[in-house]
Amino acid sequence: MRNARNEGSEVWPRMTRRAALLGTAQLGLMGVLGWRMKQLQVDQADEFALLAEENRVNMRLIPPGRGLIFDRNGVALATNEPVYRIVIVREAAGEPREALARLAAVMPLDAGTIEATLAEMERVASFVPVTVRDRVSWDDVARVTANAPALPGVTAEVGLSRSYPRGPDTAHVVGYVGPVSDYDLGLMEDPDPLFQIPKFQFGKTGVEAKLEDLLRGKAGTQRIEVNSVGRVMRELSRDEGTPGADVQLSLDAELQSYVEARLAGESAACVVMDCESGDLLAVGNAPTFDPNLFVRGISVPDWTALNENIYRPLAAKAVQGAYPPGSTFKIVTALAALEAGVISPEDTVWCGGYTEVSGIRFHCWKRGGHGNVDFNDSLKYSCDCYYYEVGQRVGIEAIAAMARRMGVGVRPDVPMSAVAEGIAPDADWKRAHHDEAWRVGDTVNASIGQGYVLATPLQLAVMTARVATGREVAPRLVRAIDGVEQPSGAGGPLGLNENLLRRVRASMFDVVNHARGTAHKARIAAAGFEMAGKTGTSQVRRITAEERARGVTSNADLPWNRRDHALWVDFAPYDNPRFAVSVVVEHGSGGSTTAAPIGRDVTLQALYGGFPPLDAYPSDKREEAGQMQARVRALLQGRPAPTLGRA
Amino acid sequence: MSYLEYQVKFVPSGLKKLLYLNWPLVLLVTAVSCMGFVMLASISGGRMDLWAGPQIERFGLGFVLMIAVAVTPIWFWRSSAAVAYLVSIGLLVLVEVMGTVGMGAQRWIDIGPLRLQPSEVAKVTLVMALAAYYDWLPARRVSNPIWLAPPLLLIVAPVVLVLAQPNLGTAVLILGTGGAVMWCAGVHWAYFAAVFGSIGGAVFAVFESRGTPWQLLHDYQYRRIDTFLDPSQDPLGAGYNITQAKIALGSGGWTGKGFMQGTQSRLNFLPEKHTDFIFNTLAEEFGFLGSITLLALYGLILLFLFTAAMQCRDRFSSLLVTGIGVSFFLLFAVNMLMVMGLAPVVGVPLPLVSYGGSQLLVLLIAFGLVQSAHVHRPR
Repeated sequence: MRNARNEGSEVWPRMTRRAALLGTAQLGLMGVLGWRMKQLQVDQADEFALLAEENRVNMRLIPPGRGLIFDRNGVALATNEPVYRIVIVREAAGEPREALARLAAVMPLDAGTIEATLAEMERVASFVPVTVRDRVSWDDVARVTANAPALPGVTAEVGLSRSYPRGPDTAHVVGYVGPVSDYDLGLMEDPDPLFQIPKFQFGKTGVEAKLEDLLRGKAGTQRIEVNSVGRVMRELSRDEGTPGADVQLSLDAELQSYVEARLAGESAACVVMDCESGDLLAVGNAPTFDPNLFVRGISVPDWTALNENIYRPLAAKAVQGAYPPGSTFKIVTALAALEAGVISPEDTVWCGGYTEVSGIRFHCWKRGGHGNVDFNDSLKYSCDCYYYEVGQRVGIEAIAAMARRMGVGVRPDVPMSAVAEGIAPDADWKRAHHDEAWRVGDTVNASIGQGYVLATPLQLAVMTARVATGREVAPRLVRAIDGVEQPSGAGGPLGLNENLLRRVRASMFDVVNHARGTAHKARIAAAGFEMAGKTGTSQVRRITAEERARGVTSNADLPWNRRDHALWVDFAPYDNPRFAVSVVVEHGSGGSTTAAPIGRDVTLQALYGGFPPLDAYPSDKREEAGQMQARVRALLQGRPAPTLGRA
Repeated sequence: MSYLEYQVKFVPSGLKKLLYLNWPLVLLVTAVSCMGFVMLASISGGRMDLWAGPQIERFGLGFVLMIAVAVTPIWFWRSSAAVAYLVSIGLLVLVEVMGTVGMGAQRWIDIGPLRLQPSEVAKVTLVMALAAYYDWLPARRVSNPIWLAPPLLLIVAPVVLVLAQPNLGTAVLILGTGGAVMWCAGVHWAYFAAVFGSIGGAVFAVFESRGTPWQLLHDYQYRRIDTFLDPSQDPLGAGYNITQAKIALGSGGWTGKGFMQGTQSRLNFLPEKHTDFIFNTLAEEFGFLGSITLLALYGLILLFLFTAAMQCRDRFSSLLVTGIGVSFFLLFAVNMLMVMGLAPVVGVPLPLVSYGGSQLLVLLIAFGLVQSAHVHRPR
């Protein structure tokens, strides 16, 4: 065995050499390792640090609370209420179809919902929650929560959604919000990042849309640390953002609801304005709709029903509807003529039932004529011939200028959708829009608020308030934003001769309170609350000779959509004007018979701050008024949605 | 063989042997293990009971075993080499028959509380067997083709059994270790050239066989190779692990994110963070300084192993220490190459640091063998 050892020592040098070679190879490889460490940890450290940060930090937008909308007394008109939705997370739920089947055993899920959810789950990462059903009932939430152990990956989440406690009553003014769509995003120049949040609600119409930027607030951000599967580990920082501004409207919710109920059954609009501040106390539109339907996403049948309804419930007629103002426009014509001095209040004009201009006969509404009428008579009896005459004398330019001064033909600055400008036509306007020269006949038509003249109910209310105060009252819908009072609409003096204005007011007083005034039946009997007003009946279409031959002489014989519009404007109390009211009843036939009683009831409601005592009505109207009050009370209690009773 | 045949001038006896241990090596091994404890505590969020505690317990047991092996005369170990080898082959067969299936492969046997991985044991016993064989074989026959057959068989048996598990990483390590021992024993370089040539051919064959009925590797092994070759190919699938591992490593920078502050590991972006990818956690939390320190410690261990090997006067000790050194080197080198994106992910743990009982015990026993050779070397 000594041999073995000797032989062993023989190989020693070679072994050392080979071990050294091996050691060198090892050293080389360790060099590679060290170089790689330096490369990754020193040279590319910043890059990897960024990647690690991107891995772990997610930014989330925190939707700010949308600003609330109140009425002038603090009654909520638009609020945010919690809504519950059921969400499912694929990675936690296991096989999606089975998970949804388990869920369907607990709460109702139709096949379409299941398919849509499956498609969505397929599309997003496995840890992203997918909404199965939105706006589930509290019962469903309770059932899902109670069965949580059997429903892995399924949870109930709470969110905020817009709600309109007054529902249809404020639908046109407040408007509604809806989920932002790709189409909406396409229209925006620089969309707020908040709109990236699926189904983020933003204002679609009304104040909600016009004050969207104020109401929305500023998005907050949340930096959260997530683990490899996207689960939130902790919050790194949080910036709550700024909630939207609370908006106080000038509306009086009680009066608004009353107006809506009073208008129920008509296709009508009514504006109540504070004469002093210009505050819009009520902007009624009938028929109306439930804005809450739109927040939830309106169903196709509901949408079709609203959209195809001939009474156009979606239209805010008070600001969007431009109607021929009819005789209510005589206030403007009179002011223009008196102001220009082409006639004095005492001058009379002969009314023989018609006036012939350029060979065309323009009839007065009273076939037999009014005889000699002075200014007071002309307004009191609403004599057309008087205005045919003074209109021609003063000319269209002065009438149009006066109309604009009184707010007709000027777009009112109120934050509602599609606010109409109306038309105060003059020669330039006709040339621009009809490419025709102005004719005398046009002036004749315009002088009684027919022809090209168009005004919205809001403009008529503004006109009335201006007559009542002599000031340039402007409508104000937003009273305060986040508690900051907005400028009042009181405005400066109109610059009209106060004596003339007094004559106009006195004539409007006679319209209601003179025994032969056109609106005598709609007078207020309560002392100190007497109102002054003006009726209007504007033709939508002439009764043709052929129809006349068939015996059609009154509106009642015509189809609804060809009957005359009924208009009414008033202010009250006469000696200390507080409220200006305008009423338009579409195809309501006669201003004095249809619109004036509504105007009176609304005016009384505003004056008394609630239902007036029946002795505020003339004795012969009390029974009727009592019935109307009972009807309105029933409607107010049995909300929602008053139905149209009249065809 | 008897004690006298070693012609020792002086061999310590009794407790004196402890004084003659290669203490720097002991300290280095302990230091690296301690880094492992720290990392395991960090990964479990400061909890000791999850990984760090059991690991420390096993280290204690392993340390005692290491000392016990160290004080046992080296010639005893030489004599037992054949038996140890046969036992480990037997265990490999056993694990194939009745082992526990984990990660799609049969790898371990549960023996009471201990989870034994025979493949780890086989690495050491193979080195022992080869060292003993070449100690016995006269030097002039080393390159004789006939005398080349036994060591090749010794190597091929465990490699085939481990491949069957299937555990490609360990099989490669065993092959490399065995080859290194043969290289140091003085086998003619032409054989090695031939082997490397055929490996090249085999790699070609492996890739060519893909998708055919006779494909040589499992699908998951092919995918690992694909992932290695191009991790960005499938960043959320198979390439995810290696991408996240590199992010963890790189984001550590110079000094790291601090103890328990590694976001990649704490937030589970890092896979297998307490075993195969523990190095990335270390690099993330202690930065380049931490990772280069670990590499330096490994380097020092290799240096001391090399010196120890050179100091040994008999072929068995010398080859044994060299073989164990190569085996140790291959372990950490392959692991680091893998977690730094330079080698396919083959499932090799980081020696002394990764959580895992049998590997730690086997490594400490192997270091015990080194110490035994060191203590009982002729002086």
